[in-house]
Amino acid sequence: MIAEFGQISLILALVLAILLGTLPLWGAYRQNDALMNLAPSLVAGHFVFTLAAFLSLATLFLRHDFTVINVATNSNLLLPWYYRISATWGSHEGSLLLWILMLAGWMLAVAVMSRKVLPKVFLTRVLSVMGLISIGFLLFTLLTSNPFDRILPGPIDGQDLNPLLQDPGMIFHPPLLYMGYVGFAVAFGFAIAGLLGGRIERDWVRWSRPWTLMAWAFLTGGITLGSWWAYYELGWGGWWFWDPVENASFIPWLLGTALIHSQAVTEKRGAFPAWTVLLAIAAFSTSLLGTFLVRSGVLTSVHAFATDPERGVFILAFMAVVTGAALLLYALRAPRIMTGKGFDFVSRESALLLNNVFFAVSAGMVLLGTLYPLIIDFMGWGQISVGPPYFSAMFILLMTPIVMLMPLGPFSRWGQDNLKRVMAPLLISLVVAIVAGLAIAALLGAFNLRAITGWIGGIWLIMGSLSYFWRQKSQSRFKLPRGQLGMVMAHAGVGVFIIGVGMVESMTYERDVRFGAGDTLEVAGYRFHLHEVASVKGPNWIADEGRFTVYRGDREIARMQPQKRLYHRGQQVMTQVALRPGVFHDLYIAMGEPLEDGTGDWSIRVHIKPFVRWIWGGAFLLGIGGLVAASDRRYWRQQRAEAEREARAEDQGAQPA
Amino acid sequence: MTPTRKKRLAVIGLMVLGVSTATAIALVALNDNIRFSIGPSEIVAGDFPEGRQLRLGGLVAAGSVSRDPTSLLVTFDVTDCIHDITVNFNGILPDLFREGQGVIAHGTLDANGMFQAHEVLARHDETYMPPEVARAMALAGGNEVCGEPIEDHIASVEAGY
Repeated sequence: MIAEFGQISLILALVLAILLGTLPLWGAYRQNDALMNLAPSLVAGHFVFTLAAFLSLATLFLRHDFTVINVATNSNLLLPWYYRISATWGSHEGSLLLWILMLAGWMLAVAVMSRKVLPKVFLTRVLSVMGLISIGFLLFTLLTSNPFDRILPGPIDGQDLNPLLQDPGMIFHPPLLYMGYVGFAVAFGFAIAGLLGGRIERDWVRWSRPWTLMAWAFLTGGITLGSWWAYYELGWGGWWFWDPVENASFIPWLLGTALIHSQAVTEKRGAFPAWTVLLAIAAFSTSLLGTFLVRSGVLTSVHAFATDPERGVFILAFMAVVTGAALLLYALRAPRIMTGKGFDFVSRESALLLNNVFFAVSAGMVLLGTLYPLIIDFMGWGQISVGPPYFSAMFILLMTPIVMLMPLGPFSRWGQDNLKRVMAPLLISLVVAIVAGLAIAALLGAFNLRAITGWIGGIWLIMGSLSYFWRQKSQSRFKLPRGQLGMVMAHAGVGVFIIGVGMVESMTYERDVRFGAGDTLEVAGYRFHLHEVASVKGPNWIADEGRFTVYRGDREIARMQPQKRLYHRGQQVMTQVALRPGVFHDLYIAMGEPLEDGTGDWSIRVHIKPFVRWIWGGAFLLGIGGLVAASDRRYWRQQRAEAEREARAEDQGAQPA
Repeated sequence: MTPTRKKRLAVIGLMVLGVSTATAIALVALNDNIRFSIGPSEIVAGDFPEGRQLRLGGLVAAGSVSRDPTSLLVTFDVTDCIHDITVNFNGILPDLFREGQGVIAHGTLDANGMFQAHEVLARHDETYMPPEVARAMALAGGNEVCGEPIEDHIASVEAGY
């Protein structure tokens, strides 16, 4: 019954999405108030039915209804309840449902929070465009990936959720990531609504800024969580692999980063409006591309679900329609977009323009490396893959100028400035960065290029951002606006991140060793002692557990128990890493395999990772900075007054001349 | 030309220069970091670019895994059921590495025809076979993988390799 209820809810959501994508849009075109007034209630209904479908699926998982194929293949009787809930979005079908729920949630948020703020015509167009996107995804789900499909008679017990996904990080990673992915649909909706209206103006950009910032912040959080998860769950000890699926989420992030910066220019100065619109379209299109890459199975990856090509074709066609239509509209309307004020070579506009160039090129570079093997394969020129060194080399090349210029941006004035004036307040930061960077690297025994670059770059960004914060605070009697506070946090976060990367990439201690009970390994001042390998039992797995004690000198500092788990259903093996996290370094032990030569010895991977927490700490600060900036009162208060003014102007405009 | 236009032209010129330099470097870096996917039969036939990073796909031959008793050195054969290539690897094998299952090894071919791997990847779940492995099998054996229909092994790979 519950499955059928979910199915019907999904169909009703589709019906409402179709109504939403057509009637209010027509109403906005014809200035028909009655039709436009339908939009908010259709959005609400669409959300309610999507939520009902999602909760139905979650209930099916909780109640072990194995007559539903999706439940039978991704859950079993032994799976704990919290993983049964996260299993709801652990499969291809379920994750699509989550995608749609997120979209419905964003639509509802826009409808509620912008109800009194945006002009009605504009808001209606935004909601309708998002409704059109929802139609595509609902059709895709219902036609190719229905999570409610039944199998009769159902099996007595299900298979298992992939053990890699049975982890707390996996409960939050997909929802956060999807919040970000789908959040760019709002920026996309605003851009299309603006193009449909035929005018791109500063107001449009101001209205869409907080939404873009929020989506970007969630995407940042989602990617960070994914990196953290890969670090401790995949058992390789890396934090970023340049895996095609990681890239799929990283491309929209890079374009989103460019977008939030170009929006600042367009809002404040009216410059590069067409570029801002194009970026909004590109950010969402690459989100769709990411979905296609992950969901179609064309990629070999942890995330690639085994799926049939039909799904890939559907998403590809959908993407072509969405992107194609958006670009066509852009081509028709872009020439009518207003132009902004001119600016000098040394100015804040230039600084932000450089930001955009570098981020857009970076996105293109990642896209090239990710799609290149697919293109080569498609052309029948053989099968290749692109190694991580390509991405690393390109990235260091492109990000270095960004890091060097980042603190200069906020200090520069709009329109016209000179370099001397911009640099004056930053000289202290620059000197401190170079001196302290070299000193710290030397003190830590990390006197190599990567670590030194990391320290100097990181301190430069942190000091540069803080000095801006202090100057603004001392010059103004008012509280620093949230927008600026968020920016300072985000920029400093990048600094923290860079220090982490520089240290991890140059100073990681990594050894694969053979370990028997009673063996000891001494590295970098630590002594790892293995007492025994014991058998332990969990709710749905059994494991071999290595019992390690770690000493520093003669002092015991940690007990660590890495496991090699065997999950009952599907007989899948999984490595459970033992970690001792620390601000300055992590100790990391992973069980390799039992060596089958009768000794009972194991291959064991031991890592010491300096400053690895700074990578996620910095990225987290970056995301929080985005949320703080999005909460700036300016976006939520001023725009109301302006919207009213606009509405009045529009009413007058609508009068027959 | 007005000064503003000159400045603008300079900015655009710089940007074009920057972007084209970046593109050129990207293409060079890309070319240096490409790994070619091949199967055992292609190696035996000598059908692969020399001195390049390779991505060898196939099945782990049954009974071929052997370990050095004092270190982590492990040797196994990768097969497409026609030819076998011996792979040396010093390190920890992935969780899903098993005899008779699909595997991908990154590395280079040495002078003795042994494959020196620096990374070994195994399948991700029960039903999924990496496209590289499926391709190597299909090239060697047509529609069968070591006597079994290929459909049993491939859930997601399109036919037509």
